[in-house]
Amino acid sequence: MATYLFRRLLIAIPSLLGISVILFTVLALAPGDPFEELATNPNVPPEVRMALRAKFGIDDPVMVRYFRWLTAMAQGDWGFSFASRIDVDTLILQRVPVTLFVVGSSQLLALAIALPVGIYAATRPYSIFDQIANTLAFVGFSLPTFFTGLLFILLFSIKLDWLPFVYRSDISATGWRWFWEHFRQAIMPITVLGLFQAASYTRYVRSAVLDVIRLDYVTTARAKGLGETTVTLRHVTRNALIPVVTLVALQMPAVFGGAIVTEQIFRIPGIGSLLITAILANDTPVIMAVTFVFACLVILFNLIADLLYGWLDPRISFR
Amino acid sequence: MDEHKLRDLVEGVKDGSVSRRAFIQRLAAVGVAAPFASQILAWNDVAMAQASLAYKPTKAGGGGPLKILLWQAPTLLNPHFASGTKDQIAGRIFFEPLAGWDKEGNLTPQLAAEVPTRANGGLSEDGKVVTWKLKQGVKWHDGKPFTADDVVFTWEYAADPATAAYTTGSYSNIKVEKVDDHTVKVIFKEPTPFWADPFVGVVGQILPKHHFGEYKGAKSREAPGNLKPVGTGPYKFVDFKPGDILTGVRNEDYHVKNQPHFDTIEVKGGGDAVSAARAVLQTGEFDYAWNLQVEDEILKRMETGGRGKVSAVPSGDIEFIILNTTDPWTEVDGERSSIKTKHPTLSDPKVREAINLLIDRDSIQKFIYGRGGTATASWVNEPKQFKSTKLKYEFNIDKANKILDDAGYKRGSDGIREKDGKKLKYVYQTSINAPRQKTQAIIKQACQKAGIDLELKSVTASVFFSSDVANPDTYTKLYCDMEMYTTTQPQPDPERFLNQLTSWEIASKENKWLGRNVSRYSDPEADKAYRAAQKELDPAKRAALLIKVNEIFCEAHVLLPLLSRNRMAASATNLMHDHSGWDVDTWNVAAWYRS
Repeated sequence: MATYLFRRLLIAIPSLLGISVILFTVLALAPGDPFEELATNPNVPPEVRMALRAKFGIDDPVMVRYFRWLTAMAQGDWGFSFASRIDVDTLILQRVPVTLFVVGSSQLLALAIALPVGIYAATRPYSIFDQIANTLAFVGFSLPTFFTGLLFILLFSIKLDWLPFVYRSDISATGWRWFWEHFRQAIMPITVLGLFQAASYTRYVRSAVLDVIRLDYVTTARAKGLGETTVTLRHVTRNALIPVVTLVALQMPAVFGGAIVTEQIFRIPGIGSLLITAILANDTPVIMAVTFVFACLVILFNLIADLLYGWLDPRISFR
Repeated sequence: MDEHKLRDLVEGVKDGSVSRRAFIQRLAAVGVAAPFASQILAWNDVAMAQASLAYKPTKAGGGGPLKILLWQAPTLLNPHFASGTKDQIAGRIFFEPLAGWDKEGNLTPQLAAEVPTRANGGLSEDGKVVTWKLKQGVKWHDGKPFTADDVVFTWEYAADPATAAYTTGSYSNIKVEKVDDHTVKVIFKEPTPFWADPFVGVVGQILPKHHFGEYKGAKSREAPGNLKPVGTGPYKFVDFKPGDILTGVRNEDYHVKNQPHFDTIEVKGGGDAVSAARAVLQTGEFDYAWNLQVEDEILKRMETGGRGKVSAVPSGDIEFIILNTTDPWTEVDGERSSIKTKHPTLSDPKVREAINLLIDRDSIQKFIYGRGGTATASWVNEPKQFKSTKLKYEFNIDKANKILDDAGYKRGSDGIREKDGKKLKYVYQTSINAPRQKTQAIIKQACQKAGIDLELKSVTASVFFSSDVANPDTYTKLYCDMEMYTTTQPQPDPERFLNQLTSWEIASKENKWLGRNVSRYSDPEADKAYRAAQKELDPAKRAALLIKVNEIFCEAHVLLPLLSRNRMAASATNLMHDHSGWDVDTWNVAAWYRS
């Protein structure tokens, strides 16, 4: 196990290097200049722009810039934001808690819906409940989050006036009011993300349970005289969940990506909205850092999925 | 309007027979922007008016929170590095200049005790020295007194090229001297008719020497004050998350009595303009949203709820079309649209005159921009009163047809006019932006009726407005026959704005297309008038010269002005605010209150 983990981590290094090279080249090739606004502003003499470009090292060749970035990164220096003039790691650390809270809660919500609904639907295939659950699941994952987000805003904020649609990271209230305000502003974004995930998870859970439920050992369990609840929960679900757990782990990076749009709609100050503003401002160090964080997440969760798989299913060995 | 009339008017204001407002409106009508008009008054010893928003509350504080929503989030708070309006708005809450501009273009003292005039000895005879008297008893947020040293330091800081301040252009060619603790002298190298630039408005925020003193020059980026400002403004800094939220609390020692009204201030950023308008007008989550580039129809629908209102103030920005008189389809010395070439048909003034008649400006204003713009025929103007006696616009397809017929352009079998085998077919380019595409369609339709065929082209804004030398689609390259965009007047001074009409600013390969004259048209008369205006100290003569530059280009139909743009903001119904087209929205945030 330890050697396997060690080997996987070693393999991760060249993949991360490769990803960073690609990201850097694409960003270098893309049009745009962080100090572009200065070029069209008649009040700023061109020398200021040139001085800034030289100061932030944009004029050097791509290779030089890449290796400078790489050596800095290896020493834990994430770079310096052109737009905000502060270190990129502080900028990202300010944003991470909010994203983790929103993405984490939406995943919990998704699982809380998908597991019972999927299992129940699979134990009664083609019943009315199953049909309805299936239809809703299809509707759910066909509707993109930016669309449901806007629908929710129109309904709950504008028509009914129940919920705020601007997410604020510092709420001045204290005690219970603080929790209540946080809860109120988080309901819509979490529901939007959670329902979207729940829809696809429901389908996976249902088919995974259906695969298992017909196997001989389940029939044996029933023949032993075990109750239907025990059979479903202890015998069927435990085995059926093996592929589902892997899937959830593999889906995590995609969820972070999907949250970008939701963050923009509800003005959630997460890393996704940071990425968007950085792209709009051509703030290369921030774009580089955030995309790199996403790349690390993909690799990390892939590794976690593999480890979990082996842990849940002892027939698989690490070699 | 000639010089004599102007002088009579100024005399009228002096003896009280003409009101200030009437004076500014009269000048606006002939194309003089409001700030400039009020400068003319200042030169002639007529005192500037006071702030345009009457302040009612009788004590400071007690107004609860003030919540402002900017759909572009502020990313830094040092006003001398502010790269866009969003940062300038955020910085202005904590830092103040000596004077700001109100919505009518009046210079309003903030950290200055009074606006310099000839009468109070603030302006010298030769136009080279401006003496500012500073307000006494002003304290920085940390309790230290504000003095002339801070003003002198701000100049040193911004003028140092190593600091790389964005405002350096306003400070690099002047000298600033301390006379006593509360008086400073600004010395210009040349006689400067428009002196209200350094220490004024957007570029003028004064920095505390005791916080930034060590961070002048190359170390500027390390200053803690860049993100944790200590200023003189109405609110003290509490917390800032770049790109997200900024909070402040009432400055109890603010130097204006009974101000500010609100106990806390919050500036939230992010999202888009439409939903920002929604958060103010429909759900009331925020009190104020700025720069609403939203179609007026949508705003009107949101306003029906009665929770918020939209206000528009005039600005110096102009949406206009350039008719290219050079040939965009022939390459000479590695560039197209070179001034060495001539456009086969657009170089004919008759064709340009006809196209000018085919633009239905009234409909464009009525159906597309609404309160966001005012149709105009003048390139420099104030929106409300643009009725120039000289520059007028007209929409007349028959007249355009007649002009083209007379000039010998015959319709071909496809209905498109041609002369000597040259067809009136043009590529009409602009950036991607819904109102612009609708405007393009309206003009194309009218041109079709006159036998002119327009091919519409739209370019992503990030490419169109970039300075990328390798990209053929940037607006300064002008690789098309017609082009439409908005040019902004960042400072309330028509001189720098009008350098877009001079021959030495023509964009070309040589200056990497950074030249400001995109149209590439030039006229020796305009150059002469511009040069004269730069040196002319007499404001009346100078105004007449600058008006002439504007008129030459509009009458040649090279620049076809469409609308002068208004700045739109949404606010809660009971919020009394004061935004200005000549300064940032929070320039007078101290005087905002809830009624």
